[in-house]
Amino acid sequence: MKKKVFVLLVVVALIAALCATFVACNKKGNNADDTIKLDPMTNIDNVTVDKTGGVVKSSIKFGLITLHDSSSTYDKNFIDAATAVCAEMGVALRVESGIEESNACYDKAVELAEAGFDIVFADSFGHEPFMVQAAKAYPNVQFCHATGTTGRIANVSNFQTAFANIYEGRYLAGIAAGMKLNEMINNNTITAAQAVMGYVGAYPYEEVVSGLTSFYLGAKSVCPQVTMKTTFTNSWFDPTAEANSALALINAGCALISQHADSMGAPSTCESKGVPNVTYNVSTKTACPNTYLAGCKINWGTYFKYIIECVQYGKDIPDDWTGGFATGAVETLELGSAVADGTAAAIAAAKAQFEAGTLKVFDCSKFTVSGLTLTEYVANVISDENFEADTNVVLKSGNTTYIAESTYRSAPYFGLTIDGISPLNA
Amino acid sequence: MASSKIKFELPFHITKRTDIVAWKAWLVRGGAIVIAFILTAIVSTILTKGDMGGFFKEMFVGTMGTANKALKFLNGWVMLLMIGLALVPAFKMKFWNIGAEGQTLMGALASVVVIKEWGKVLPEEVLIILMLLFSIIFGAIWGLIPAIFKAIWNTNETLFTLMMNYIAIQLVLFAINIWAPNGSGTIGILKYGSFSDAFGMNYIINIVLVTIVTAILFIYIKYSKHGYEINVVGESVNTAKYIGINVKSVIIRTMVLSGALCGLAGWFLVGGSPTPTINSTLVAGRGFTAILVAWLGQLNPIIMLGSAFLVVFMQTGAAQVASTYHIGSSSAFGSIVVGLFFVIVIAAEFLVNYNVVFKIHKHKKVAKTADSLATFGNKVEKEETKKEDIITEEQFEEELESIGTRYFERTITKSKNFEGNDTFTPQKEKPPVEKTAENEEKEDK
Repeated sequence: MKKKVFVLLVVVALIAALCATFVACNKKGNNADDTIKLDPMTNIDNVTVDKTGGVVKSSIKFGLITLHDSSSTYDKNFIDAATAVCAEMGVALRVESGIEESNACYDKAVELAEAGFDIVFADSFGHEPFMVQAAKAYPNVQFCHATGTTGRIANVSNFQTAFANIYEGRYLAGIAAGMKLNEMINNNTITAAQAVMGYVGAYPYEEVVSGLTSFYLGAKSVCPQVTMKTTFTNSWFDPTAEANSALALINAGCALISQHADSMGAPSTCESKGVPNVTYNVSTKTACPNTYLAGCKINWGTYFKYIIECVQYGKDIPDDWTGGFATGAVETLELGSAVADGTAAAIAAAKAQFEAGTLKVFDCSKFTVSGLTLTEYVANVISDENFEADTNVVLKSGNTTYIAESTYRSAPYFGLTIDGISPLNA
Repeated sequence: MASSKIKFELPFHITKRTDIVAWKAWLVRGGAIVIAFILTAIVSTILTKGDMGGFFKEMFVGTMGTANKALKFLNGWVMLLMIGLALVPAFKMKFWNIGAEGQTLMGALASVVVIKEWGKVLPEEVLIILMLLFSIIFGAIWGLIPAIFKAIWNTNETLFTLMMNYIAIQLVLFAINIWAPNGSGTIGILKYGSFSDAFGMNYIINIVLVTIVTAILFIYIKYSKHGYEINVVGESVNTAKYIGINVKSVIIRTMVLSGALCGLAGWFLVGGSPTPTINSTLVAGRGFTAILVAWLGQLNPIIMLGSAFLVVFMQTGAAQVASTYHIGSSSAFGSIVVGLFFVIVIAAEFLVNYNVVFKIHKHKKVAKTADSLATFGNKVEKEETKKEDIITEEQFEEELESIGTRYFERTITKSKNFEGNDTFTPQKEKPPVEKTAENEEKEDK
């Protein structure tokens, strides 16, 4: 027993000694300067490659790293797009699926670079730092990343990020939801006060918040009394949790469900409960014929084709890139048989307004935060460890004051909870 | 209805054996591995539309073809081995620790806590040592908690350690939410605390240190007093008590060791990586795969080198084949190949532990009389004398009894309309009485 006490004491003493040294040494200075200022990007929805020099590299190898396999709707969207584009352009494709957001991603990226791949693309938010690390190790290989936040500020010339104005797509999908709610109110299936939507999110950070807010604003544009409850699974792919979340929302009185989580959990639950569903990435019309309404997706084929051409013609890929309607990077999915009459026309009209620039999703006059109208929103655009808000992203266009989403960087930065949206368990 | 009149007897019967010669056992296992590999090759060839050469090429070149791949493979190997090793002392003691996943994750979490708290102010060397200490302590605590409950209240350690995994996962998610307040669930790469890169090679420190741990653990289990005590407690708690071993303290001590080794593995997973980070899937199921490694390796650290190699080789190889042949968009392929391989390898253990004897004579009727039993016994006697020349009367009677017992059991279970077998079932050797709370109390009094 004495021996044990002694050992314990030694350990404690050791730790205490180490702790004492903390104060003394302070060798590691503070990091990065916070003086960078970002202006709105110029690479929005642009896919023109200067082909004057001719093809400098004819055989291209494209490596795709995905977080899950094609049973996840999110990853399936990437895999399908890459397969189609690579087949069309005669590019060799290798899909590495089930790659965790950890060292596994770095290892896989390095492995692909080593095997002579020209482009390595990773699809999940958490892959980003590992891609940056790999890009530093292999400067002659292009490392591209979807949903990443640091393309413009990482200062690694062969690392690029990309995303699309999917918030506009979500807004259009929201219109389908709002019109369905109107139909239900007119049929007396629900009262106007019962026009409550439910949203199953993965993680409660900007990309998801931006998406759910634009979906809500789309619905609100046609059904002004709508409110929305949100819940998060804290996982990108968890069929059970997503199904349970959808069920909890339905039980809490939600008349319509949408989701930003990657399994079939929520849509299938809606189908079995007969609750209309608006989806993301992949149409669930076949699996959920009675409840599928609409959806939107990023067509990554646009970006894939663009970066492959950049490499073929020896041109730089922009550090950061945001796709939109014009290049087909943002698409609405087919409409389901359950949609309300006139949905297609309403969506087409709004889409035309987006393309003309007359409609803005985050139009400050259309929503309030804690009862107030925004005139300024300082977002954390330049991502850093402390998540400091750094850039005012409110812009003016004519008479419209709006939050310019995906303009200062491709990845969304709208992270506010607006009035009308509340957590399920609040 | 269940008793049909047609009696069907298999042309062979199965007996348990414990006396298989070592080289024969290894021949069976080796053969099984070869057969399993060929079968997986055939299945892969069908799935990849007819390229068996490609399968073998990808399996070997794909896993170890370049220096980086080889290092990565070695690291995968030693990481799985490390967690497998951590299970050995507990399993030897028949303490079914299936909480290695959580214990390792807690070790990793401890390292990350240290980096997050003191990464900026401490010199790297001190930081790394502090990470090591914390990892070991966290892992040990995660092993200690179920051990205390087992030792004092005799709780079910399997369920207990399993549940501790989920608590560890939730703790990690909780910590990540604190470190990433935007809610994205990712903390990125930590800037400090990596000792991966040494002599220009990633992972080399992991590989060297795990090799050393393997050797130490082998000696500890095989030659130390502690190792002996663990074995005795594992074989029979009552024997252990009888010879004066403090069973409670052995259970607690061994689980602390098991947890601490898992914690060490967590330290390797964070600090030993070129990109230190943590998420709830950092251990990636190794805590459970390690159980397979430990059992295939017969709880012997040296043999486990081989079993861990096989597991990692099949996993990486299958993943490699899958992505080469464009079946990479589904993770099912890897699971099929790895699953098939190990089902065959594990099934082969049946041939090591059981003897399949083909019937020489027909005896369709159930032997019930002492006469027939005696004839059977005589036969046994002849066989036995061949083997050992001399057999004492006592030994013979024991043999006879045990064989009779086996024979009876077999015939009883076979004859479906036999009833009232309670009276006939011969007494088997009683298993040592499990230590229960009641027994405990009695003894205390």
